[in-house]
Amino acid sequence: MESVQEKIIIVENLTKQFGDFTAVKGISFHVNKGEIFGFLGANGAGKTTAMKMLIGISNPTDGTANVAGFDVHTQSEEVKRNIGYMSQKFSMYDDLTVQENITFFGGIYGLSRKQIKTKTEELIAELQLGNITKTKVGDLPLGWKQKLAFSVALLHEPKIVFLDEPTGGVDPITRRQFWELIYAESNKGTTIFVTTHYMDEAEYCNRVSIMVDGVIEALDTPKKLKEQFQVNSMNEVFLKLARNIE
Amino acid sequence: MKRFIGFIKKEFYHIFRDKRSLFILFGMPVAQILLFGFAITNEINNVDIAVLDYAKDVESQKIIQKIKASPYFHVENEILNEKVIEGEFKKGKIKAVLLFEKDFAKKLQTEKKATVQVITDATEPNVASTIANYTQSIIQNYQNQKSTVQKSNGVIIQSRMLYNPELKSVFNFVPGVMTVILMLVSAMMTSISITREKELGTMEILLVSPLKPFQVILGKVFPYVFLSIINAIVIVSMGYFIFGMPINGSIFLLAFESILFIITALSLGILISTISNTQQTAMMISLMGLMLPVIILSGFIFPIASMPLPMQVISNIIPAKWFIIIVKSIMLKGVGLEYIFKETLILIGMTLLFIGLSIKNYKTRLE
Amino acid sequence: MSISVKNISKKYKTVQALQNITFEVQEGELFGLIGPDGAGKTTLFRLLTTLLLPNEGSATVANYDVLKQVKEIRNSVGYMPGKFSLYQDLTIAENLAFFATIFGTTIEENYDLIEDIYVQIEPFKNRRTGALSGGMKQKLALCCALIHKPKVLFLDEPTTGVDPVSRKEFWEMLKRLKQKGITILVSTPYMDEASLCDRIALIQKGKILKIDSPDAIVKAYERTIYEVATNQMHQLILDLKEFPSQYSVYAFGEFMHYIDKNDTFETETLRAYLHKKGHQNISIRKATATIEDVFMDL
Repeated sequence: MESVQEKIIIVENLTKQFGDFTAVKGISFHVNKGEIFGFLGANGAGKTTAMKMLIGISNPTDGTANVAGFDVHTQSEEVKRNIGYMSQKFSMYDDLTVQENITFFGGIYGLSRKQIKTKTEELIAELQLGNITKTKVGDLPLGWKQKLAFSVALLHEPKIVFLDEPTGGVDPITRRQFWELIYAESNKGTTIFVTTHYMDEAEYCNRVSIMVDGVIEALDTPKKLKEQFQVNSMNEVFLKLARNIE
Repeated sequence: MKRFIGFIKKEFYHIFRDKRSLFILFGMPVAQILLFGFAITNEINNVDIAVLDYAKDVESQKIIQKIKASPYFHVENEILNEKVIEGEFKKGKIKAVLLFEKDFAKKLQTEKKATVQVITDATEPNVASTIANYTQSIIQNYQNQKSTVQKSNGVIIQSRMLYNPELKSVFNFVPGVMTVILMLVSAMMTSISITREKELGTMEILLVSPLKPFQVILGKVFPYVFLSIINAIVIVSMGYFIFGMPINGSIFLLAFESILFIITALSLGILISTISNTQQTAMMISLMGLMLPVIILSGFIFPIASMPLPMQVISNIIPAKWFIIIVKSIMLKGVGLEYIFKETLILIGMTLLFIGLSIKNYKTRLE
Repeated sequence: MSISVKNISKKYKTVQALQNITFEVQEGELFGLIGPDGAGKTTLFRLLTTLLLPNEGSATVANYDVLKQVKEIRNSVGYMPGKFSLYQDLTIAENLAFFATIFGTTIEENYDLIEDIYVQIEPFKNRRTGALSGGMKQKLALCCALIHKPKVLFLDEPTTGVDPVSRKEFWEMLKRLKQKGITILVSTPYMDEASLCDRIALIQKGKILKIDSPDAIVKAYERTIYEVATNQMHQLILDLKEFPSQYSVYAFGEFMHYIDKNDTFETETLRAYLHKKGHQNISIRKATATIEDVFMDL
């Protein structure tokens, strides 16, 4: 079954240089369609830089990356249209209401008014948000904001959604509810590309890559990684890898 | 004291490492003075005009000669009848037409009264009225010379322009620009630098530290006092050396008043920072709340005397207005402190008010 | 007693940030405030560092009253605020020297206290702080908070957004500081860090839910947790939630943590149910509770 899986992200020798500093040193990997791919690494390992190239907002110095069938360098506009993106730092406008945010983000992805209306209804039913469409996003608890931001990133039904530390700072229950949303989306066939500092979340991924100093040091299923390093948790895998390099 | 010096040292690091702001800080006054001094001016020079002389006699020719001889005008062409005047204006070639009526000299002789019409293109009202004034004074001048010879009687108006005989606009702009720059540097820069600490979260640490709040504020303000003084020196010397603006009064008095105004502006900056939480708000308040009134209501560009009464009243609360009066008085009139006592007191009063309000608003805690 | 908080309440315009909080921290104790964003941790830090005034209640830090002895408190505490980011345009050495001078001391005077942290970042001491990695910034911030040898150290979410390796190192540093007799009050949203504290307070929505040592909290947990795994983990959550006597189901690393409502629960019933739902490689075992399990059940 593995062999016939369609590859939705193909990265070959991807490199990014800033002056004399190489942030990403010729990484190669692929992501299968519909999988939850964990992209881990220490602060400053080059995760964010690599992710920025994959979502088409930063040009690679060398190498190629194909996302959803488009080249990130030459077809970045097509790439952007086919992906969703949610980051911990920016997700939605705090001073706009829930409805206004949805309308705005639907609008920039070219959804019609009718589509936006049905999407809003779906979303509210799915997240059990009740009657908060007129509440300003800034007044919502962080957990709700993040769930909402995730749904908004999916408004235009992208093939891949990139999540940059989506669960930072939320309570353990909300964090798990968030992952249930991710599973549900993954079951619909959407590919999930996610970064996190919570190592237990790494266990929830189909496959995990660990980046150290601009290089992917390990890439496999959590189970195989644990076997490979002869440890019991992803946290230990991570500590072992990063320690060895230092 | 060591703490305080350490603080000031840190502030200078911030200032000197932000190359762009530093460039604006010192480049702006130079650029503004040069701009106002050379480009933006109320004076006219070599303006193209046309002459329509129906008289073509000695008197009219003599006046035309006078006009031609002046550096202000260049007689572009002589036109033959009134019908083409409008066409000429529409072409935009000329700014004014001088029209001498028929039998100009004869009427002047017999009736002691003859008309010269000055038709100007008033799409630029300032230029038009200046042209009208200049031609008027040239003609009057000519008449005065003649009348002394002919001993004709009648009231002769002799106007003398005191303190700025050549009506140089630089003399107006140097104090104006100085005021604007000092206000901008002092108020905007301090308010931004204080709010930046709030945004960074470092204000929390400073508040928790044993530094006293007034030390924090003084430390933030001190570098800008220094920079503002440098700016004031640069502006005054440019006015003096490049544009020949005199400094008739005491240079020490000028320095004292400038420092007073810098302190006024700084205390305003502190006040702004106490009511805004982000750099953006501080900048908006400084720009909209300070810059515009300073430029519009201080008498820098628009004379206060010709403003409607309510505006004149409002202009009194603009510190810049008083400072401009002070600077002009010292530099041009050469007066001593006794003549600008009132203005100085007003500035001191305003400063105390701003400082008082800042202290009242300054929070040693968050919230 | 190093920190003593009695019946503190704090209300912002419409939000009750803290409700009737009471706890004590011993001298030389490493005390953790564990709770998610918005639980009121930052408010509590600001109250104890005299940056905010409580609506009700009283507190002392290093035996000084937070309401009356503001100056004394400010001289004897070190504080690392949550969003604290140092001066980005100053170098490591300049930042540290600045904080030393404003606290009326020098780097040399208290160097022994920060030495083992500072040596790690010293090679980069002439680099601007803006160009440092998260882990290095965090170490520098800790040095800055320690430079005046405070009796009590307040650290508001020092490890948020920091990778597991740097987090581990950071906690090792805290342990060493504790040995030097400094009282540390630290907050974190990471439940796994709770076990590294001497005592913890679980806090949510402005209320303290439990205070005790991490071990005692876990031991006092009465319910039995089962870790369940099958070949279809995503489907497993949904199916477990459908199980009639389920009390709670949460993903926990590679397992699901399942709690049943009944004491008479038999794993075989669940196994049969999952089998019928089409799961294979079913494993159901008793698991030891963690702080996170306890927290989620509060």
